[in-house]
Amino acid sequence: MAVLLQLDHLVKKFGGIVAINDFSTILHQGELCALIGPNGSGKTTIFNVITGIYTPTSGQVHFNNEDISGIKPDQITGRGIARTFQNIRLFKGLDVLGNVMLGMHIHIASNVAEAIIRTPRYNLEEKVMHTSGMELLDALGLADFAHAEPTSLPYGKQRKLEIARALATKPQLLLLDEPAAGMSPSDAEELMDFITSVMQKFDLTIFLIEHQMRVVMGICPRIIVIDHGEIIAEGTPEEIQNNNRVIEAYLGVETHA
Amino acid sequence: MAAKRNLYLTLVAITVVAILLWFAQENLNPYYQRILTLSAIYSMFAVTFNLIFGYTGQFSLGHAGFAAVGAYVTALLTMSPAQKVANFFLQPIVPFLRDVELPFLPALLIGGFVTVLVSLIVGVPALRLRGDYLAIATLGFSEIIRVLLVNLQPLTNGALGLKGIPSNTNLLYAWGMLGFCVFVCKRLVDSSYGRAMKSVRDDEVAAEALGVNLFKHKILAYIVSSFFAGIAGGLLANLISTIDPKVFYYTLAYQIVGITVMGGMGSLTGSIISASLYTIFLELLRPIESQINIGSLQIPGIPGMRMVIFSVLLLVVILFYRKGLMGDTEFTWDALFRFLRKPKGRNDQEGKVA
Repeated sequence: MAVLLQLDHLVKKFGGIVAINDFSTILHQGELCALIGPNGSGKTTIFNVITGIYTPTSGQVHFNNEDISGIKPDQITGRGIARTFQNIRLFKGLDVLGNVMLGMHIHIASNVAEAIIRTPRYNLEEKVMHTSGMELLDALGLADFAHAEPTSLPYGKQRKLEIARALATKPQLLLLDEPAAGMSPSDAEELMDFITSVMQKFDLTIFLIEHQMRVVMGICPRIIVIDHGEIIAEGTPEEIQNNNRVIEAYLGVETHA
Repeated sequence: MAAKRNLYLTLVAITVVAILLWFAQENLNPYYQRILTLSAIYSMFAVTFNLIFGYTGQFSLGHAGFAAVGAYVTALLTMSPAQKVANFFLQPIVPFLRDVELPFLPALLIGGFVTVLVSLIVGVPALRLRGDYLAIATLGFSEIIRVLLVNLQPLTNGALGLKGIPSNTNLLYAWGMLGFCVFVCKRLVDSSYGRAMKSVRDDEVAAEALGVNLFKHKILAYIVSSFFAGIAGGLLANLISTIDPKVFYYTLAYQIVGITVMGGMGSLTGSIISASLYTIFLELLRPIESQINIGSLQIPGIPGMRMVIFSVLLLVVILFYRKGLMGDTEFTWDALFRFLRKPKGRNDQEGKVA
C-alpha cells in the first residue's frame, strides 16, 4: 500500500499553549483511521494543520510525497484533501445542489469572461457540474432535496450534504471532523455504515475524528488516541480499549486524598 | 417551453423599454428626463455595491472614490481642449490631457478601466483583510481620492472643479449602460464563479476548504464593481456638467449603501427599484426644503430636510421589509405569472411552505 499522508513531528503552539506536540503518523491509501481523544486534546487542530488553516509551528505534512505544510487551504483542497466541519458549515445562500456544485468549482477550466459570455465550453462545464452534482446527491440519498435550502434539511441530512459537498472536490483523502456529533447512538451507527459505503464507492482514504470511542470501534481497524496534543496510544480497537493510558485520559487517574 | 417563452418576453420587454426611452428622449420635458437618467446612474451604483456586498459579502465603502475617478477621467477626456484651457486658469493643465478629446463611449470605458486600476491599489491589500477593516480602508481610500482631486491642480483643477463638461449623458446612454451592467452582473452571479462569491459571503472558512480561492473571487467582484461604478461616475459627470471634489464626499457611499439595503441585499432588481424610488422621492420632496406658506403662517425652508424624510422612509422600509423591498429574490416572468394566476391568499400560503 502506498503512503498517502505522512505527518512528521508536527508541533503547533498558540503562544505558550502547545496544542499539538510532536505528532507523527502515516496513512496508507484506502485506510480508514480514527483519531479520538478527550475534549480539547487537539484533534481539530491536527485537521486544521493538515488542511492549511493553521501552519505548523514545526514539522511537515506530506501528501502524495509532496510537502504541503504551509500552503493555502484552497490549494491543499486542489491536491486532493477534502474535509467536513464539526459545526456544520453549509452555505445557506445556495441550495443543496448549489452547495455540491460549489465543490466542483475548483475544477472549472473556463475563465470568468467565458462564464459571463456563456461560451459553449462554459455551458458544457456547467451542464456536467449539474449532472454529476445530481448523481452525487442521488448516490448519497439527497436527490429529493436538490433544490431545498440546506438549513431546512434535518440534521443528519445536513451532515451527509457536507460529506457530499466535500466529495464533489474529488478528493483522495477525506477528513471528517466529528461526523456523528450530536447524534443518537442509532443514528451515529447508521452514519458510520454510510461512511464505509461512501468510502468504498468513491475509493477514498478516510481520517475521522470522533469524540466517543464507541462510535468508531465497529468500523475503524486503526485508532489513534491523543491527549494534550500527544499520541498516547495507537492500534486496533481491542488494543485501545484495554490501554491504561487511554482509560486514564478519559476517566482520570484515581487519586487518594 | 417556459424558458423560450421567457426569453421572448424578455426580448419584447427590452424592445418596448428601448422604444419608450427613445420616445421619452424626443418628447419628455428635460426635467423628467434628468430624473430618469439619474435613476439609472444611481441604479448602477446600487447594483455594483450589491455585487461586492450583497453577493460577495465584502463591505467596501469605496464607491464615492470609484465614482470620482470615473467622473474625472471621463470628463477630462470628453471636454474640448479650449474648454480645458479655460477651466485651468490657476495652473495650466498637463499638455497630454489638454490635447486629448475622445467621443463619449470610449471615454466612459476608459474611465471604467482607470477606476479599476486605481481601485486595485487599495483593493489588493484591503481585500486580504476581513470585515470592518475593509470598510475602513475603502472609506479612507475614498477620502484620499477626494483629497488628491483637491490637490492635484494640473490634473484635476483642484477645488475649482471642472465646468462645461459636454452634456453627453442622455436617457439611452444611461439606461443602456445600466442594462449592460445588469447583464454582466447577473450572468456573473448566476455562474459557477457567482456560486463561489456567495460561498465566500456565507462562510469564508468553508469556502476555502472547498477549494475556493478567497482573494481571487473577492477581487473579481471588486473589479467588476469598480468598473461599472466608474462608468456610472462618468455618466454622472456628463449629466450634471459641473463637477468638483465635494460631489464625491464620502456621504455618497452611505447613500448608496442605504439605497442598496432598501432594495434588498442580493437582488439586482431590488437595487434598481430602490434607486429609482430614491431619485424620484428626492425630487418629489424638493418643495419641503422651500418656504411653505399656510395662510399667514410662514415656515422657512430647511435645507437637508429631504434627507431627514428619506431616513424615516428607510426606517419604515426596514421595519416592514426586514430584508429590503425585494429580499434576495429577483423579478422573474415565472414569478409574475404565478402572481397573476393565483388569488393572493393562496399565493401567500404557498410561499410559506416553500
